[in-house]
Amino acid sequence: MNLTLKVWRQKSTSEQGKLVEYKVSEISEDMSFLEMMDVLNYKLIESGDDPVAFDHDCREGICGMCSMFINGEAHGPNRGVTTCQLHMRSFKDGDTIYIEPWRSAAFPVIKDLMVDRSAFDRVQQAGGFISVNTSGRTLDANAIPVPKEDADKSFDAATCIGCGACVATCPNGSAMLFVSAKVSQYALLPQGQVERKERVLNMVKKMDEEGFGNCSNIGACEVQCPKNISLDNIARMNREYLMASIKPEN
Amino acid sequence: MASAIFKSSLTKKFWMALTGIFLISFLVVHCAINATIFFNDGGKTFNVWAHFMGTNIIIRTMEIVLFAGLLLHVIDGLILYFQNRKARPVKYAYEKSSASSTWYSRSMALLGTLILLFLILHMYHFWFKTRITHLDVTNHVMMIDGLEYENLYAQMQLVFSNLIVVIVYVLGCISLFWHLLHGFKSAFQSLGFNHLKYKNAIAFVGDAFSVIIPAIFAAMPLAFYLKFIQ
Repeated sequence: MNLTLKVWRQKSTSEQGKLVEYKVSEISEDMSFLEMMDVLNYKLIESGDDPVAFDHDCREGICGMCSMFINGEAHGPNRGVTTCQLHMRSFKDGDTIYIEPWRSAAFPVIKDLMVDRSAFDRVQQAGGFISVNTSGRTLDANAIPVPKEDADKSFDAATCIGCGACVATCPNGSAMLFVSAKVSQYALLPQGQVERKERVLNMVKKMDEEGFGNCSNIGACEVQCPKNISLDNIARMNREYLMASIKPEN
Repeated sequence: MASAIFKSSLTKKFWMALTGIFLISFLVVHCAINATIFFNDGGKTFNVWAHFMGTNIIIRTMEIVLFAGLLLHVIDGLILYFQNRKARPVKYAYEKSSASSTWYSRSMALLGTLILLFLILHMYHFWFKTRITHLDVTNHVMMIDGLEYENLYAQMQLVFSNLIVVIVYVLGCISLFWHLLHGFKSAFQSLGFNHLKYKNAIAFVGDAFSVIIPAIFAAMPLAFYLKFIQ
């Protein structure tokens, strides 16, 4: 198939960017979207141009690196998949495809389609962990009883890969789906109880400091999330925060 | 105090939800009392209730709380709006928001502003005339069982004899409908009430409320204008 691509090109964070049009031909419908981008980049390199910079790593939907806003949607038109899992059969011959970086004040563009998502790392460092005794008498996690329902909910939250699609798609640039998934995965497990209250307070504080917007329950994040993280997590984070604010001590 | 209310993104959400639910409870009272005009008894029942609402000490105290609640809802909403715009400074060249969310959930600030503009006009028509100055009508007193009552009903008849005003009121109610359709459910989500057991019930009640209350309100100016009630 032959396609017209309108790709966001930006040399660096400080420079102005713009959409640049490219033509790619003989694209197989079995290619992934990233493989199609590889074809474009080979073409650019052969003609002596600067290839398009984009994030990618595992190319099997678990690392959370790929991050393109394709035709107005995070990770493209399909649901529950990352850009690397999107195949060209989702497009038609002759299509024009807009490819833009994540747009958010907290995710500045590094180059072209790459954005700096280290704000997520800093939110995670503010409380997204548990304290485990590693003195040699570490308690086997499998020996701690966890209700099945809690384990399932915690696991569902833990499937978040931190790609940032929620922030990119939210008109408010809010990171609450991500932060609530991290808060939830620990709040539901016995291991997460020690830091439960300070975790939610610290992570929300850091989230605000990083310049993410406020959730207004629009729900676009849940729809566009490649891991189908539920809005229920945001409601849980709201409860956790409310309880921790009312009674900060354990 | 302001720093405690607006301490974080989540406290802002909580106050938005709490004031929203409070304003929703006000709508129920306001709608129920105004609906007595549909008794079509020349405004007797309505004027008696209006008198009670205007003189009862608890209600008058709640009026101040209501103003404070509305003010907090508006200020909090404006802060959220401007912060959220700042968090997303660059727009996408290709926008497809409709694929993942409803237009009205994204337009709460716009709908809220329309409702506020309507409220200013509405307050001028009734609250200002009965509390600050005086009614525009000549028959401003109604005798019921030997007692004098302010004839707010006649004021309604007068205000709603103007077609432009009736249209503006109906548009105000339509804005309220869209605002509630997102706001009702959203308030409970913000406060963390979303258990599987009652999530669908909240959504159903919210949708029904958003339709029924604005529809009853919109029927009032229309009923006066079309002379369904005298």
